[in-house]
This record gives sequence, structure tokens and C-alpha cells, in this order.
Amino acid sequence: MSLGERCRPDFPILSRIVNGHPLVYLDSAASSQKPASVIEAIQRYYETSHANVHRSIHTLGEEATELYEAARDAVRAFLGARTREEIVFTRGTTESLNLVAQAVGRTLQPGDEIVVSELEHHSNLVPWQMVCRDRGTVLKAIPVLPEGYLDLEAYARLLSPRTRVVAVAHVSNVLGTINPVAQMAEQAHRAGALVCLDGAQAVPHLPVDVSAIGADFYAFSGHKMLGPTGIGVLHGRREILERLEPAWGGGEMIKEVWIDHAQWNDLPWRFEPGTPPIADAVGLHAAVEYLGKLGMAQVSAHEQALTAATMEALADIPGVTLYGPRNPEMKGAVVAFNLEGIHPHDGAALLDQRGIAVRAGHHCAQPLMKCLQIAGTLRASFSVYNTAQDVQRLAEAVATLRGEL
Amino acid sequence: MALYSDVIRERFRKPRFRGALERPDVSGEDVNPLCGDRIRIQARLDGGRLVEGRWTGDCCAISAASADVLLEMMVGQPAARARELTPASILERLDADIRPSRMKCVALPLAVLQEALTKEGTP
Repeated sequence: MSLGERCRPDFPILSRIVNGHPLVYLDSAASSQKPASVIEAIQRYYETSHANVHRSIHTLGEEATELYEAARDAVRAFLGARTREEIVFTRGTTESLNLVAQAVGRTLQPGDEIVVSELEHHSNLVPWQMVCRDRGTVLKAIPVLPEGYLDLEAYARLLSPRTRVVAVAHVSNVLGTINPVAQMAEQAHRAGALVCLDGAQAVPHLPVDVSAIGADFYAFSGHKMLGPTGIGVLHGRREILERLEPAWGGGEMIKEVWIDHAQWNDLPWRFEPGTPPIADAVGLHAAVEYLGKLGMAQVSAHEQALTAATMEALADIPGVTLYGPRNPEMKGAVVAFNLEGIHPHDGAALLDQRGIAVRAGHHCAQPLMKCLQIAGTLRASFSVYNTAQDVQRLAEAVATLRGEL
Repeated sequence: MALYSDVIRERFRKPRFRGALERPDVSGEDVNPLCGDRIRIQARLDGGRLVEGRWTGDCCAISAASADVLLEMMVGQPAARARELTPASILERLDADIRPSRMKCVALPLAVLQEALTKEGTP
């Protein structure tokens, strides 16, 4: 039995009938579905242990604090981070990246340069545009080559003593390209720049060891990795986090407050103002345990096989254009494609009528769409619960789409 | 009712008002933020009436059909009639069951035409 067939029964939503057909869910890059263990962990938390964390001197408060901090330890181990102080909980990848942009942005001077890439999701681009607007810094972009890989020669040329930040995706949410981030981080560090990686499409699908990658910041979301919405993670190298001012103020991030100033709390709480998403951290803990039991090497091999099978099946259909690397080993669990004469939104709507959920549009990567000179694409993306049968149903449906309009 | 009604299919396959005008009196263009689609509408006016209309755009079947039936509804009518039209009146002509997520595709061509007429100071 394949990993997908073994996992499927753990996900209650996958038994749904959509528009008269059994659901085929191929939109996990946007948000994954949740196993029963995650849903139950959140419910159990609310039914037995909920209270605010950290300053509640009563039993429930202590239990909630223990559960919240245990989630941090689980995430630390899952990522291979050195210490728990390096794991900051946020509301998602977008908030994590904005946190870095705000905190690092304050240290930048006019004329300093920030290097991004043309394949960034808007969430690792727009916050840096805002820094440039506020601080007078300059944005430079690594071009994407026609096969979907970053132009690494151009990257080497963009790096200079003026480069202060390199912000790139670990895995492209459209093309699936796995960027050589460890090598890119090393190059950036040699130039004296900080490195901020968007790992939203990597952590749910590949074995990720943040210490081995060596970036200064690594951001991702819970809801794309079988966990709940509303929680994300920022891994920051301790020595970097220690010298940064907090991005936002509030409760919990302080040690002592006077009327005109305050002293910051220790790491990681310095970067976690306000009541955190406690139940969501508990859910993320269950998701990390679920993925950990499967083993990320196995997850990656399973999804790579589905990605390869999808590219092969779609490439045989007349009128189909595939985007991104064709080598599945260089690619995350995502296949972007178009069908000649069919607008992506029409394609997605017609597939939905057959119970097949895919994404359509610009995927929050409009600069990349402009490079590809298209308005958008269809996108099928995979998670642990997808099977060869899902791929077959997608391919059969795509083959007949042009006759439908 | 189907999402892609016979009207939508037919207008998508064989639009009657697709193209550009050489000397339009009004011209408008806008982008659908949902998908980045761009639609342009041009019209010629004579004595307050919309006498000729054309649309262009690399867009979905729903937007294409919406633009096409909109111009059909407007040609020969007083330009001011555009202000009385609503997405609901377009929807009725499309004879389709459009979901809320795609209503912007229905509404965009009408909004573009209304904006273009306003810009020209047409009543």
C-alpha cells in the first residue's frame, strides 16, 4: 500500500462528495487538509486545558503554557534548530516575513541593497518593497531562467558589499523549483548579508534542517503542513535575534515596563507580543508528530513520484503547457500548467464540477507571471494523502476539458 | 442551471462584439484582481446613443461572455442606459448560475463601460 493510500483514511474531509464526485484534493500548496489527530488535539485542548499562557497562576494556565511550549520544542526538533529560543511562533509565513522585514529594515540605511528573486510569493516581496519605501533601500531581483531555475550567475553578480539582505523562497509555490538555498546563504554571508528564506512550500514536503541550511531566518506556516490556520513559525539564528529590536510591542514581549520605556523579554517571547495562537500551536505539534512518524524522506519520495506521474500524464495531453523544472528531483510537490484556449479559472471551475480541487490564477506571484508572459496557470499540488488514482482522475478530466467550453 | 450555460459557451466560442474600434469616442480598461485579467471596452457614440461597441481582453469565458452580451444590450441604446444596468441584469442574460467567487468576472465589463462613459462626461 502506498503512503497516500495509508494516510487517506486519517483525513476525514477526504470522504466528502463534491458536485456528485468523490473529492480529489490537489490544492495542498494553498492549504493542506488536516488529519483527525490534529483536529482532536485542538478539541481536546479547548475541552480540558485552555487558559491564557505564561502568567496564569492556576492549573489550567500551567497546562496551557506547558502545551504551548511543548509545541515549540517539537518544532525545534523537527527543524533541527539548535535551541528553543530560535523558534518564534507567529500567525503564518506572511507574518514571519513581515516581522523580519520590520525588524531588519530598521537597521538599514539608504542605498543598502536587498536581493529578492523573480519567483517570490508576494509575501516575501511586498514587505521588502515597503522597507525600500521607508528606508530608501534598493531592491534587486535574481532573474528566473526559462526552465524555472534561478540564474545563479546573475545572483553572484548582484551580491556586493552594499547587499544587506537576501530574501528568497526555498521552494517556488508555482514552478516548484527547489532553490539551492544552503549554497545561496553561504554566498550571501560571504558578502556580509543576512538571509531570509520563505520555507512555506518546503517544510511540508522535504526534510528541512535549518542548521544545515544556515540561513539567518526561515519562515513557514502551520496550515500548509497538516496543521491549523493561524499559526506560523519564524526560525531565527539566536545571535541575530538577540541583537534585533522587536518588531511589535505589547504584552508578553517585555520584562518590565515604565510609563516612558520598557525592557524587552528574553527570546523567543520578545518577538511574540499578545496572546499567542495557543490552540493552533497545539494543533501544529500534532501535525509535526504526524509528519515525523511518516518520515520526511518518505513523504518527499511519495510526493516526488506523484509530481513525476502528473507531469508525464499531462505532457501527453494535446494543448498542455507545463511550467517549471521537468526533473522531479529538482521540484517540490507542485505542477503548474495551462491548457491552450482555456482560461485557468474556467479550467479550475470545470475540474471542480468533477470534484477535483486545483488552484488557478497568479498564485500570489505576479512578477513571475509577467516573466512567463501569462496571466495565470492551473496548479495541482500534492500532500501525503494524494494517490496515483488522484493523478489519473486529474489527467482524465484535463484531457476532456477543451470539449467542455 | 450550469455554471457554464449555453449562452456563455456560445459567446466564448463565437463572440459577436470582440475586437477594436478605429476611432472610439469612449474607451476603458481595468484589471480583475482575482486573476489579473485585463478587459478593454470601446464605444462610438452618436447623439447620446451608443452606436457601436467592441471589447478585447485575454480573459475567462465568463468575462468574455459578459462583455459580449453587455455590448449587445447597449448597442442602439442611449448611453445613459449603461448606468441602469447591474451585474444582475447581465447575469440574467447569461442564464448561468455564477458563484460569488466568479461574480467579479461578470461585473467587470459593465464597470469598465460605466467608468469610461463617466470619464467622457456622458450622462
